[in-house]
Amino acid sequence: MTTLAPPAVRVQEPTTAKGGRSGSVVWMAIPALLMFVAFGIIPLLGVIALSFTTWDGIGDIHPSGLDSWTAALKDPGLPHAIWVTFEIMFISWLVQTPISIMIGVFLAATKKYRGFLAVLYFIPLLLSSAAISITYKALLDPNFGLGAGFGVDWLKQDWLGDSKLAIGVLIFVVSWQYIPFHSLIYQGAVRQIPTSMYEASMIDGAGRVRQFFSITLPQIKYTIITSSTLMVVGSLTFFDLIYVLTGGGPGDSTRALALEMYQKGFMANLMGPASCIAVILVLSGVVLAQLLRRLGGRGDESMQEGV
Amino acid sequence: MATVSVSGTPAPTRRRSPLAKLLRLNLFGGALGWVWLFIVMIPIYWIVITSFKTQANYFITNTFAPPSDPTFANYKEVIDNEIVRYFLNSVIVTVGAIVPAVLISFMAAYAIIRGIGNRFLRLTNSMFLMGLAIPLQAVIIPVYLIIIRLKLYDTLLAIVLPSIAFAIPLSVLVLSNFIRDVPKELFESMRMDGATEWGTLWRLAFPLTRPALVTVTIYNALGIWNGFLLPLVLTQSPDQRTIPLALVNFQGQFGVNTPAIAASVTLTTIPIVLLYAIGRRQLLSGLTAGFGK
Repeated sequence: MTTLAPPAVRVQEPTTAKGGRSGSVVWMAIPALLMFVAFGIIPLLGVIALSFTTWDGIGDIHPSGLDSWTAALKDPGLPHAIWVTFEIMFISWLVQTPISIMIGVFLAATKKYRGFLAVLYFIPLLLSSAAISITYKALLDPNFGLGAGFGVDWLKQDWLGDSKLAIGVLIFVVSWQYIPFHSLIYQGAVRQIPTSMYEASMIDGAGRVRQFFSITLPQIKYTIITSSTLMVVGSLTFFDLIYVLTGGGPGDSTRALALEMYQKGFMANLMGPASCIAVILVLSGVVLAQLLRRLGGRGDESMQEGV
Repeated sequence: MATVSVSGTPAPTRRRSPLAKLLRLNLFGGALGWVWLFIVMIPIYWIVITSFKTQANYFITNTFAPPSDPTFANYKEVIDNEIVRYFLNSVIVTVGAIVPAVLISFMAAYAIIRGIGNRFLRLTNSMFLMGLAIPLQAVIIPVYLIIIRLKLYDTLLAIVLPSIAFAIPLSVLVLSNFIRDVPKELFESMRMDGATEWGTLWRLAFPLTRPALVTVTIYNALGIWNGFLLPLVLTQSPDQRTIPLALVNFQGQFGVNTPAIAASVTLTTIPIVLLYAIGRRQLLSGLTAGFGK
C-alpha cells in the first residue's frame, strides 16, 4: 500500500503541471495581470521615461534629454528633502523598534489582557492619516490643546511652528500610528518561540534579562528585519501625514521626498523634475529593502514576508 | 553555565548592565504596554468628547473634561455639509475597487498555485512580488497621465482603477499562501469527480480560503477607504470628494470650530470601526500569521 501510493502521485503531478490542465488555469491570472501591468508596471516604466521629458502636466510632453535631471539635481531643495526623509526614517525606526519589541514581548506573555489590548491597539491603524493629522493639529494647539488640558507648561509649545519640534511631532505621530501594529507582529513572533527553550534556560539558571537577549532576540531576528523593512520603506512614502499636519513647514523643514515630488509636479507644474524625484524614491526603496535583506542573511523569504 | 547552547547563539557571555538587571523585563514591558495604551487612547478620547461640546464650552472648559452640556449640533452641522455625498463616494470607490480586486487576485493566486511549473505563471508571480515594492506615491505622475488620456480625470473611476491594481500584489501573495496549504488530495478528488478548474476554484478553494479572503478584503478596504493621494491628484470637483479629502476641506472650512472638526472625524470613523468589529478576529489572526514568521 505505502509503496504504491508515492509513485501514483508522482505520475499524476507532471500531467497536472505540464499537460492540458495547466493550460486551463493560465487564463485566470490574466485579468489581474492586465490590471497590474496597466496601472503598476507601465507607470513604473512611465515615470522613468517622464524623467527625461519636459511636461507641465496639461500640454504636450517634450523629450528633453537630461534637462529635467539637471534641474532636479541642481535644486537645493532635493538634498534637503533627502535629508529630512532620512532623518524621519532613522529616528522613527529608532523610536519604534525597541518600544514595539518590548510591548510585543509583554503582549505575548500575558494571556489575560492580550485580547483586550490587541483590540484597542489596532484602532490607530483604522484611521486615515488625514483624520489623525487633523486630530493632532487641534490637540497640539498651544492654547486649547494638550498643554492646557494637562496643565503642563512644557506641553504648551508651538509644536508645529518650530522646525525641530515639527519633525519631532511627525515622528511621534508616526510612532503613535504604527507602534501598535509592529507590537502585534512581534507578539506573533514571540509566541512562536518554543517554550522548551525558556524552560531549558531556566533550569540552567538564566534570568529574564538573559533569556531576553539570548533567546527572544535571536529567535525574532527575521521578524525584526521584516518589521524594520516595513518601517524604513514605508517611511519613504509618508505623504498624507506631512501634507495635512505640517504642509512641509514651517518653511521647508518637514518637506520630505514624497511631498517635494508632489509640490514640484502638481503645484509648480514641473512634471519632469518631479518624475526624477519619483525615480529616486523607487531606487531608495529598492536599495534599502535589499540592504535589510542582506542584513537578515536569508534569501527572498524575508522579503516576501516583509511586504 | 552552559545555558546559551540551547538558544543556539555562539556568544555565551553577554554583558549585563546592573540597570538592566534591576528592570525586571516583563514588568518593564508591561508598564510600557499600558502606558502606550494610554498614549494611544488620549487623542481618541479627546476627539469623541470634543465632538459633543458646544464651541463656547470647548473654549472655556478643560480640554479633557467631558462635555458639561452634550450637544449633537456639531454632527448636524457636518451632515448639513454634504457629508452623506462624500460618504457615498467613498463607499462607491471602496466597494468598486475591492470586489474586482479580491476576485481577480483570488483567480490569479489559484492559477499560480495550480499551474506550478508553468513559466508564464511563474513570471506573473514574480512580477506581482516585485510589485510589492512599488510605492503608489512614486508612480502617481504616470498614473495621472494615463487617467487624463483615458478622459477619466475627476471621476470616481479614476480612483477605482489604480486602487485595484495596487491591491493586487499583496492580495495574491496572501491568498496564494493559503491556497498552497489546501491538501493536494482534495484537488485530486475534485478532478476525479470531473470538476473543471473553474468549478474547483469556487467549490473547493473559495470556501477553504475564506479567512484569508476576509483578511485581504478588510486590509485593502481600509487602505482604499483612507486613501488620500489618489483622490487628491485625480479629482477636482467637490462632487467627487471622498471622505479623507472632505475632512481636510472641513478643517479649512470650519476654521476654529474645533468641535465641528472633531465631529467630522468621529462620524467618518464610525463605519470603519464597525467593519473592524465584524472582521476583527480574522484580520488580526490573518495579519499576525502572515507577518510574524
